[in-house]
Parts: sequence; structure tokens; C-alpha cells
Amino acid sequence: MTAKERRPRSKETIDQYLLSEQQLEEMYETMLLARRLNERMLALNRQGRAPFFIGGTGQEAAQVGAAMSLKRGEDYLVPYYRDLAMNLVFGMSAREAMLNLLAKKDDPHGGGRQMPSHWGVGSRKVVTGGSVVATQLLHAAGIALAAKMSSDPIVVLTCCGEGSTSKGDFHEALNFAQIHRLPVIFYVQNNGYAISESTEKEMPIAHVADRARAYNMHSASVDGMDAIAVYQTVKPAVDQARRGGGPFLIEARCYRLGAHSSDDDDSRYRPKAELEEWTQKDPITLFRRRVETDKVFPPEELDEIEERVTAEVQDAVEWATNQPDPAPEDALGFVYRE
Amino acid sequence: MTEMRMRDALREALREELIRDDRVFLLGEDIGAYGGSYSVTKGLLEEFGEARVRDTPIAESGIVGVGVGAAMAGMRPMVELMTINFSFLAFDQIVNNAAKLHYMSNGQITIPIVIRMASGGGSQLGATHSHSLEGLYAHFPGLKVVCPSSPADGKGLLKQAFRDDNPVIFIEHTANYGLKGEVPEQEDFLIEFGKASILREGRDVTLIGYSGSVHQAVRAADLLAEQEEIDAEVIDLRTLRPLDMDTVIESVKKTNRAVVVEDDWRFGGFAGEIASQIMEKAFDWLDAPVARVCSKDVPMPYNRNLEFAALPSEEDVVEAVLAML
Ligand SMILES: Cc1ncc(C[n+]2csc(CCOP(=O)(O)OP(=O)(O)O)c2C)c(N)n1
Ligand SMILES: [Mg+2]
Repeated sequence: MTAKERRPRSKETIDQYLLSEQQLEEMYETMLLARRLNERMLALNRQGRAPFFIGGTGQEAAQVGAAMSLKRGEDYLVPYYRDLAMNLVFGMSAREAMLNLLAKKDDPHGGGRQMPSHWGVGSRKVVTGGSVVATQLLHAAGIALAAKMSSDPIVVLTCCGEGSTSKGDFHEALNFAQIHRLPVIFYVQNNGYAISESTEKEMPIAHVADRARAYNMHSASVDGMDAIAVYQTVKPAVDQARRGGGPFLIEARCYRLGAHSSDDDDSRYRPKAELEEWTQKDPITLFRRRVETDKVFPPEELDEIEERVTAEVQDAVEWATNQPDPAPEDALGFVYRE
Repeated sequence: MTEMRMRDALREALREELIRDDRVFLLGEDIGAYGGSYSVTKGLLEEFGEARVRDTPIAESGIVGVGVGAAMAGMRPMVELMTINFSFLAFDQIVNNAAKLHYMSNGQITIPIVIRMASGGGSQLGATHSHSLEGLYAHFPGLKVVCPSSPADGKGLLKQAFRDDNPVIFIEHTANYGLKGEVPEQEDFLIEFGKASILREGRDVTLIGYSGSVHQAVRAADLLAEQEEIDAEVIDLRTLRPLDMDTVIESVKKTNRAVVVEDDWRFGGFAGEIASQIMEKAFDWLDAPVARVCSKDVPMPYNRNLEFAALPSEEDVVEAVLAML
């Protein structure tokens, strides 16, 4: 494919979006890249080339809209395992995403030690953690505490799923953060399931956002399939936290369009009709329809983005596959700081 | 006898206990329609209903604590935890509460709870899903620790766990779930705790394992016989608390050499306990110091090369035996 001349994008804010043309392009391209990467990762798993895959299909708008409201390079992101798209916003390339999936020696997130999708790159202020859900929320509160103590005007955004809000860690993090009015956003991606369990089995309330009341915390619940609505909700919360207004609990109502992970067969528990209904609300399709209707981008430009993304994913797979694996003796390092 | 896999044998035990005793009920994440992370509870929701097979919120401390309470009140709960690593979320409920309340209450309270959990590496699940820490639970007085290596033992020991009036930590190695074996069908098939089994008789060296490491020991014994004409005896401890040292000591008195094989870390691990008891009870019979084959002292890495390097192998066992001859 030959590189096409790209029309320069305006940086002026478009009123009904609160975002510029340039930002809208980034939003679309990042969501699409996350989607295509996830599809390819699952395919690699099915071909036996990647032992484990866990993806964020259906949650791209929730992730991109939220991550774009942070200051990259300054604010902290303490993500969870579905946040591929957030990491792309924070500077991860397609090649790096594949390096991580394949747990290669040069994977900057863990050099093959960490499970895939447990992202963290210090220089980018993205912090990794274990697989034990919700533990990262406390780390986020601690990072926010450290920032507050050193008068650093940053915000920490941390993520988990709705199922993880049943754990003590979630409640302890919110309680502590509100007592100390810490600059942290607890961002819960409510995708309807915790592995096989639908939300009624996880909690006796309909909205995760309602949990904020117990901690006297600001909260919001937003349509997580709408990247723009997400941005418009998260951005003011981030700004408020930065000004010293304290923490925020935000629930993004979205849907897990894929299985829980490569080890899961979701047909065991998920009604087909439900999946079909949510597929109609695919966040990427919705976004494209909206910017096309509003004539922000002509369709051919959106197609060009699509082509670019496809080529990027292909290149990433080919490149990452040929990168070296860690050597057996690499297993021994980093138990202690030497 | 019927041939079945470990996961099916465990399920049979649960089924039979649910039928036998209506105080028995199951709590756990994704144990209902999903059938459990390792398919052990598959079909039980359909057969016994939601009251007795309860999907729970993700809250390990919570569900173990609720189980402890229900057990205090006379029920016979089983809590399934997805992995031994997640049992640490419930560590306080297990070690400060379940293990101690009978003692602290001067015997007033009994806590007949069965807490099942998967353990073990080799499946590329990284540092928070893959450890073997049976010995850690065995450290606590008040807990019984059971770790079967075969489908028959799985069934007999799990049924026994429900008859015990104490908290039982029942640990299943992930690599064993698919393992096939002959399993007795009769309903009163129980295996008493504290009885090791001799899987292979031999004269030259005693290999001691439990759970996953038993299989490395057996493969190592085969290699030793084929390649070195060394005749190894293999002992499966089956339960770490109570611990059957009599069988081990008797064997060591015959072979004069012992190697303990475990997937756990060497430093402070259960192999050290076995080795020191052998020293205390059979010092004069030993021709060599007791050897330990364990995993490397690192959190379990994800990448295949790294995980292989971290885990003990049958070749390591062979090497340890050759070094003591
Ligand atoms: C403490 C703990 N218990 C269980 C698990 C196993 N587990 C991994 S993901 C998951 C479901 C989490 O659901 P949710 O928080 O809704 O996030 P989602 O996967 O739906 O995005 C579970 C139970 C875990 N990782 N940590
Ligand atoms: Mg969820």
C-alpha cells in the first residue's frame, strides 16, 4: 500500500464534541487499532502462537474516551487487563502490543515475566500489577497520596470491572481516597459480566456508581459505548480532581463483546440474543456513523484510517514474531533489587 | 472401578456428598452455569439448584468468612477458590479464624469447612496463578491439608474431607485435572487422612512427593530404572496434615537414601520439614544427606522458557539421586 497524502486535521474544538477534528481522528484510529489488535491476538491464540489472550472488544470507547482526558506523560494510568486501548492512547505501539502478547524478551512491560495484558511502563506512568483483581485500586490511591504529599498536580486514573467492586480492596480504596481527598479517578468498566456471572449475581444494586454514596464521593454513570460521552464525563472529573476537588467514581456502562479470555467458552452462559442486541451498539460502528453523519470526516478518509490500521497490525505481528524470547537463565533476575 | 479424570472424580465426590448430607452446600465464583474454573462443579447447579450451588461475588475473604460462619452454625460448606494465590485474599479467615476458633473457644466452636483450591505451575498463568504452597497451609495447626495426585485419591479424600469436623484445605494441582485413573464406585469409598501411599516399591532410594510432584517422582523412577538400573521407591504423601512419617521412615530404613520432590520453593518449604523429620528419626540409616528438588526461588514467570527454568523436572530428580550414590 502506498502512503496517501493526509489532509491536515484542525485543532479547533468542535462544539458538540468538545474535541477537535484531530482528537476525533485519534479517537477513531485508536479504537479501531485496539479492535483489530484484539482480533488478531485471539487468532494467534487459536493458532497456538500465544498461550493466553484476554481482550477489550466492546470496551474501546469507554477506554479511549477516558484515557484521552488525561495528560499523557504527567498523569498516571493504573489499568486493568482489558485496557489495551488506554495503553495505545498512552503511547503503546501495535508492535509493542504484540511483543507483550508473545511475552518476548524485549517486552517493556515485563520482559516475558508478566502475563500478557498486565501493562506497565514506568516512563509512561503506566503501572503494572498482579492478576488479583482490584488490588491496583489501592496502588492508585497510594500514588495519588504520594502526588498530593509532594504537591504534584497530577491525576491518577485506575480501572477495574464491575465484578471487582465486590472486593474489599475496592471499598478500602474509595474510603481512603475520599477521607484524604486524593486526586484519583476510579473508573469502572461495567461490561455486564464477571467471567460467567451477570451483574445480578455480583451486586444487589443496578449501578456501580451508586456505591459512591457510601463514601460521600462524586460519581457518574456514562454510556460507555459512546466515546464522546465518555470523554465529556471523564474530562471534567479529571479537571476537578486536579484542582483539588477529590476523587471520583465513574461507571462506564459497556459490554464485553468477546469471551472472558482465551480459556473461556461464553456460549455456556451467555444468551445469544443478548450478544446480538449489544453488537448493534458496537462503539466503533456508532462512532463512525456519528462523525460521518456530522460530516466531520468524509467516508473515504475513514476508510483510509482503516487501511492504515490493518497494515500496522500486520506489520506488528510479523515483526514481533521474529523477536527473541527470553533465555532460561533470565528467570532468575529481579527477585530483589541488586 | 471406572476410569475417570481427576476433575470428574472430584465432581463425583461432591455429588455423592450433596446427596448424602443436606447440610453440604457449595460456594464459589463461577461454580454454577460455568461449572468452575476447572469444570469440577459442572452440572451440579442443574442437579442441585441454586440454593446448594451458589455463584458468589468476587470476594474471597467474604465467601470463606461466610463459609466459616455457616460451618459454625452446623452446615457443611465447601468453598471453591480459583487458585491458591487467591486464597491469600482469604488468608485471615483461613489462618486466623478457621484454624484457631476451635482452640480459642475451648472447643465450643467447630468449623467443618472444605476449602478447595487449584495450585501448581506449568500452565503459563504467571506469578499470581501458579504457585504450589501446600506446605504453607500445613504450617498452621488447626488446618488439615490434603493434596491428591490421582483421581481415586481425589475422590476418596474429598469425600473424607466432608466427614471431618475440622477445616480442610483441599489442594488440586492444575496439571492433574485431566489425569485419568481407575476410581472405585461404591459410595462408602473413603480414604483416611494421614496415610501415605507407596506408588512403586524399590530398594535403592526413596522419592517422596505429593500432588503434582508425585508424577515427576514416578517419571524419574522410570528413568532411573531404564538408564541407571537404580531401583527407586516412590511415596505419595497424599495429606501433609496429618502427615504419615511412619511410611516414609520405614522406606528410608530400607533404601538409606531420600529425595523430596516438590513444586514449592526450596527456602522454608515443606521438603525441609520432611528432611528434618527423616534426620530426627532415621539418621543412623542414612547413607547421604536428604536431597530436595524444588522450584527456583522466583515468582513464577509467564514465558514458557522462563517457567520451565523455574520448575523442577524429572531430570533434576535423577540428577539429585545420582549425586547421592
Ligand atoms: C481476587 C480475584 N479473584 C478471582 C479472580 C479471577 N478472575 C479474573 S477476571 C475475573 C472477573 C472480573 O470481572 P470484572 O471485574 O467484571 O471485570 P471483567 O473481566 O468483566 O472486565 C475473575 C473472577 C481474580 N483475578 N482475582
Ligand atoms: Mg465485568
